Amino acid sequence: MTPLVSVSVALISLLSAPYGLLARLVGLWSDGLGWLGERLGIAMLEYVFMHHAFLVGALIAVMAPLIGTFLVHRQLALIGDALAHTAFAGVAVGLFVNSLLGTGISPYVTAIVVAVIAALAIELISEATDAYNDVSMAIVLSTGFALGAVLISLNTGGLAVGINQYLFGNLSTVSRENAVLLVVLFAVVALVVTVTYKQLLYVTFDETAARVAGVNVPWYNRLMTTLTALVVVGAMQIMGVILVAAMLVVPVAAAAQLARGFREALLASVVLAQIAVLAGITMSFHYNTTAGGTIVLVAVAVYILAVLAGKAQSRRAGDEIPERADATEKSTSD
Amino acid sequence: MSGEPAPTDAARTPLVEARDLTFGYAAVPVVEDVDLRVERGEYVGIVGPNGSGKSTLLRLLLGLHEPDSGSAELLGHPARAFAERERVGYVAQDVTEDEKRMPITVSEVVLMGRFPHAGFGRVTADDRERTREALRTVGIEHLADRKITALSGGQRQRTYIARALAGEAELLVLDEPTVGVDAESVEAFFELLDGLVDDGMTVLLVEHDIGAVIEHASRVVCLNREVYFDGDPTAFADSDALDRAYGTNVRREEGGIVT
Repeated sequence: MTPLVSVSVALISLLSAPYGLLARLVGLWSDGLGWLGERLGIAMLEYVFMHHAFLVGALIAVMAPLIGTFLVHRQLALIGDALAHTAFAGVAVGLFVNSLLGTGISPYVTAIVVAVIAALAIELISEATDAYNDVSMAIVLSTGFALGAVLISLNTGGLAVGINQYLFGNLSTVSRENAVLLVVLFAVVALVVTVTYKQLLYVTFDETAARVAGVNVPWYNRLMTTLTALVVVGAMQIMGVILVAAMLVVPVAAAAQLARGFREALLASVVLAQIAVLAGITMSFHYNTTAGGTIVLVAVAVYILAVLAGKAQSRRAGDEIPERADATEKSTSD
Repeated sequence: MSGEPAPTDAARTPLVEARDLTFGYAAVPVVEDVDLRVERGEYVGIVGPNGSGKSTLLRLLLGLHEPDSGSAELLGHPARAFAERERVGYVAQDVTEDEKRMPITVSEVVLMGRFPHAGFGRVTADDRERTREALRTVGIEHLADRKITALSGGQRQRTYIARALAGEAELLVLDEPTVGVDAESVEAFFELLDGLVDDGMTVLLVEHDIGAVIEHASRVVCLNREVYFDGDPTAFADSDALDRAYGTNVRREEGGIVT
C-alpha cells in the first residue's frame, strides 16, 4: 500500500471513529487539569478553554518540530509558510460555503482539504521542474493568501470580524471539537512518521543515495508535504496563519545547535518546542497577549540561548580535539 | 544471501550490463553506444576527461536516468526497476561539500545501509551489530558517535563505504569518491578498496586520478561519450586511448599521468 493511500485511509477511519470517545478523553484531560489547578491554586487552570489550549499546544509542540526537523534539514522551511497561507484560503472557502449554503462545516476541515491539495500541487510542480524553487513557493503562498482575502471580501463585512482568529490564532476559541480534531491530526502524523521514519530520514539525508537504495523518493516527498499541511492546519488554531511556520522551524534550528545525532535533534526540538508552547501560553494568559506571537518570541529566545550554548559547547570540544584529521577540509568548509 | 535464484545462476549474471546505452540531457548525447559488462569480483575504473559522461553513465547504470536508447541492467534487473537495491552500495562525489550541517552521527548514517533490509519494520539488534562491524572494517569505529559534519573528507568517505558494507552490498559504485580528500587519505582510501576487492567485493569506480585507477583497478574503461578503451590497466597505459579520449591536454610525467 502506498504511503499516501495509507494516510488517507487512516485519516478517514480515524475521522469516522467514534467522536464521542475522543471528546470524552478531552473531557477527562480537562477535568484532570481543573483538579490539578484547584489543588495547586493555579488560577488559569480554572478555565476549560485553557485546558484545551494546553492540550492543543502540547500536541503541536510534538508534531510541528517532528515534521519540521525533516523539512529544515532539506532546506524546505518555506513550505510550511506556503501551506499555511493556502490553508487560509481553505478557511475562507469553508466560511464562504457556510454563509452561502448555511452549512456548519468547520473551516479547519476545509483548510485541511485545501492545504493537502496545495501540498500535492507543490510536489507535482517541483517534480515536473526538477527543483523546489523559492519563486514557485512564493507564488503558491501569495496565491493562497490572495484567494483567501478575495473569498472573504466577497462575503459581507461581518466575516472579516472573525478572520483575526485565523490570522493570529486564538486561545479562547479552542473548542472541544477543535481539540478532538487536533488529537486526530496528531495521531495520523505520529503514526505515519513512526512507520516511515527510516525512509524519511534517508530521503532527508541524501535524496540520490535514497533513490539508489530503492526508496521511492517522490512518494515520500509527497507524504512529507501532506503531513506538513496537516500539521500547519492543526497548529493554526493557536499559532495563526502568519506565525504557524515558526513552530516548524525555530525549535528545530535551536535543536540543531545542540544535538549531534538526528534522533537526538528530534527529541531536543520537541523538548524546546514544549518549553516555548507551555511558557508562551502561560505568559499570553497572564499578560493578555496574543498566544501565537508570545509562543514564537519564547521560541526565538530559546533559539538564541541554544546558539550561545552550542558555541560554548563547540569551543570546549575544540579544546579537547586540537587538530582535525585534515586541515584542507577546515579551510574549504569555513 | 537469501535470494531465490541458485548461486550458480546468480554468479553467472553480470552485476552490471549496458547495451548500446545512449543518453543526453539535451539533443546531443552525453553517453553514446556504450556497452559495458561488469562481472562479479571485478574492480573497474572508469576514467575520462571532464564532461566525458562518466558520472552520467553511472547514473544511468543506477537507474537515475531513463536511457534514450539501449538498456542498462543492474543485478540482472532493468536499472529503472530499482530491484534488490540492498545489494548495491553507492558513494557519491562531493560529499565534503555539505553545507547543510544536518545533525546526524556517523553510526546513524551507517545504519541507513540496513534500512532497505528493515523496510517498515524496526531496526533490530542485528542491524546495529552489523553497523558496528562495518565501522570496524573501515577503521572508524571510534568515530561512531561523532557528528558526520565534524569529520574530514576521508573519514566521511569511509563512513559511506561502511554504510554500503552494513547493507551487505555486493557491488560498490563510487562516483569520484576522492574529490576534496587530502592526498594521504586518498592513498589509505584506495588501500581500503583493495582490501574489500580481495574479500570479494565488486567495485565500479569513476575517478579523475588516472594514475590511481591504473595502479589499483583490475580493468580500465576510458570514456569520452563513447568507450575509447576497455581492458587491462597496463595495456591501457601503453595504448594511445588516453590521447585520443583526452585530446592534447594530457601530459605524461614520470610516475603518473596528469590531466
